[in-house]
Amino acid sequence: MTGARLLRIALPVVVFAAAIAAWHAVVTINAIPPYVLPGPGLVLATLANDWPVLSQSLAVTLLTTLQGFVAAALGGTALAILFNQSRWLEFALLPYAIILQVTPVIAIAPLLLIYLPQPTAVVVCAFIVAFFPVLANTTLGLASVDRNLVGLFRLYGASRLQTLLYLKLPAALPQMLGGLRIAGGLSLIGAVVAEIAAGSAGAGSGLAYRIAESSYRLNIPRMFAALLLLSAAGIVIYAGLAWASHLALRRWHESALGKDN
Amino acid sequence: MAGSAASNVTDDAAAEAVVRLQAVTKRYRNGVLALGPLDLTVKRGEFIALVGPSGCGKSTALRLVAGLAEPSSGTVQIAPRSARSGSGHAIGVVFQEPTLMPWASVRGNVGLPLKLSHLPRAEIEQRVMAVLAQVGLRDFAGAMPRELSGGMKMRAALARALVTDPDILLLDEPFAALDEITRFRLNNDLLMLWRELGKTVIFVTHSVYESVYLAQRVLVMTPRPGKIAAEFGIKAAEPRGEPFRMTTDYAAYCRVVAEALARTADPTEGR
Repeated sequence: MTGARLLRIALPVVVFAAAIAAWHAVVTINAIPPYVLPGPGLVLATLANDWPVLSQSLAVTLLTTLQGFVAAALGGTALAILFNQSRWLEFALLPYAIILQVTPVIAIAPLLLIYLPQPTAVVVCAFIVAFFPVLANTTLGLASVDRNLVGLFRLYGASRLQTLLYLKLPAALPQMLGGLRIAGGLSLIGAVVAEIAAGSAGAGSGLAYRIAESSYRLNIPRMFAALLLLSAAGIVIYAGLAWASHLALRRWHESALGKDN
Repeated sequence: MAGSAASNVTDDAAAEAVVRLQAVTKRYRNGVLALGPLDLTVKRGEFIALVGPSGCGKSTALRLVAGLAEPSSGTVQIAPRSARSGSGHAIGVVFQEPTLMPWASVRGNVGLPLKLSHLPRAEIEQRVMAVLAQVGLRDFAGAMPRELSGGMKMRAALARALVTDPDILLLDEPFAALDEITRFRLNNDLLMLWRELGKTVIFVTHSVYESVYLAQRVLVMTPRPGKIAAEFGIKAAEPRGEPFRMTTDYAAYCRVVAEALARTADPTEGR
């Protein structure tokens, strides 16, 4: 491993360690009470002690995120394909997709919670936030196919389905995967927003619900522990999708090739 | 030695014409006339070159022959596929860019036309490997396009055009982006393939030298709207090869074609 690469890994770690140390120092020196700001040690201890509760909540939130993500991936891709096949359908539906996207989900969530059972409302929230990037990116990808390749497919009498399967979808794959990578993080946000909106009235027990609940009880260490888990979940989701994208593209797409190639 | 007007060739070619364009024009949607009226007859097995300035409609003419565009007026006739070649497609096209699918291997790219016509896998594989051997890419079937050099990409594109065993091969400035050494090599390989396979070839280029080296007949086009301005039969000892480039005949042909091209570029005569 070269010095530069070592440094690239070491630097963020050093910054992280320094931040934790500073946090610890501030709390200890100023004798800040845990209900105002718990130290890093206490947060970790809470994470360990409350693991049975927190892990259950984590599972609930992750399941919601996953359901929202899958719905967004399927829905966004399907709608993009429909738009690509029929311009009239695109003219008819795209404005509503955009309206759904620009209206803050936090404002829609309470309404959804009134009309839908809570577990469904939470998934719908995650879906609403996550599906637009999939739709927008896939639409862009499907529309940016090399014109000469399109001509070639026409020359050889390719059917619409063949053109879609063998040309448009593979050509759109990089953009599609980019959209999915954004959607992964967004569906977590959507799930959290909906859980927060449901608040203490909610029957669910996701991580965001735990945060809201802990806030009412002034259980600040647990709030931090839940927050830590949410960040970790976000990082894992992003890394997983980035890895999947890399695997799918590494043989041919510029974005996945090494710099020396 | 150099030929004359366009009219004298069409008559004797009529019997076995493979491609016939009659009074073909192409008008853009904004009303600008891009091409024509253009008359062009190509005999079976003939190798012709279309030479003209950029934007004269050479590529448009090729797209009309390929059926990728519709003429605004006039007729485009393509002879039915000869019985000899059996199933497959009548026309193969090579564009200026290799136009390979970057996500598919050379094998996948070359086999595409056959896959689109639902041929069995085993037959596709066998025909792909045969045509890859013809263009000298036998060892690169599994390679991805990005792993190939410019010349090899062009060979793959040529293989894809040949894999359906078409009667007519349309080449749209295929070697324009290549370095000269690679271009010369591909010129020679193309001539060899043409002699071996007996295809009818329409080769579009802006290079006078390339057109004279390759074609039996060179057609010089005017600037937009492109028409045939002059036509030259190129007679050389067959099989042609590198020695032809060194002959005085070659130089003389190049001169008359270049002169004809220069005359069309003259605004007083060109439009």
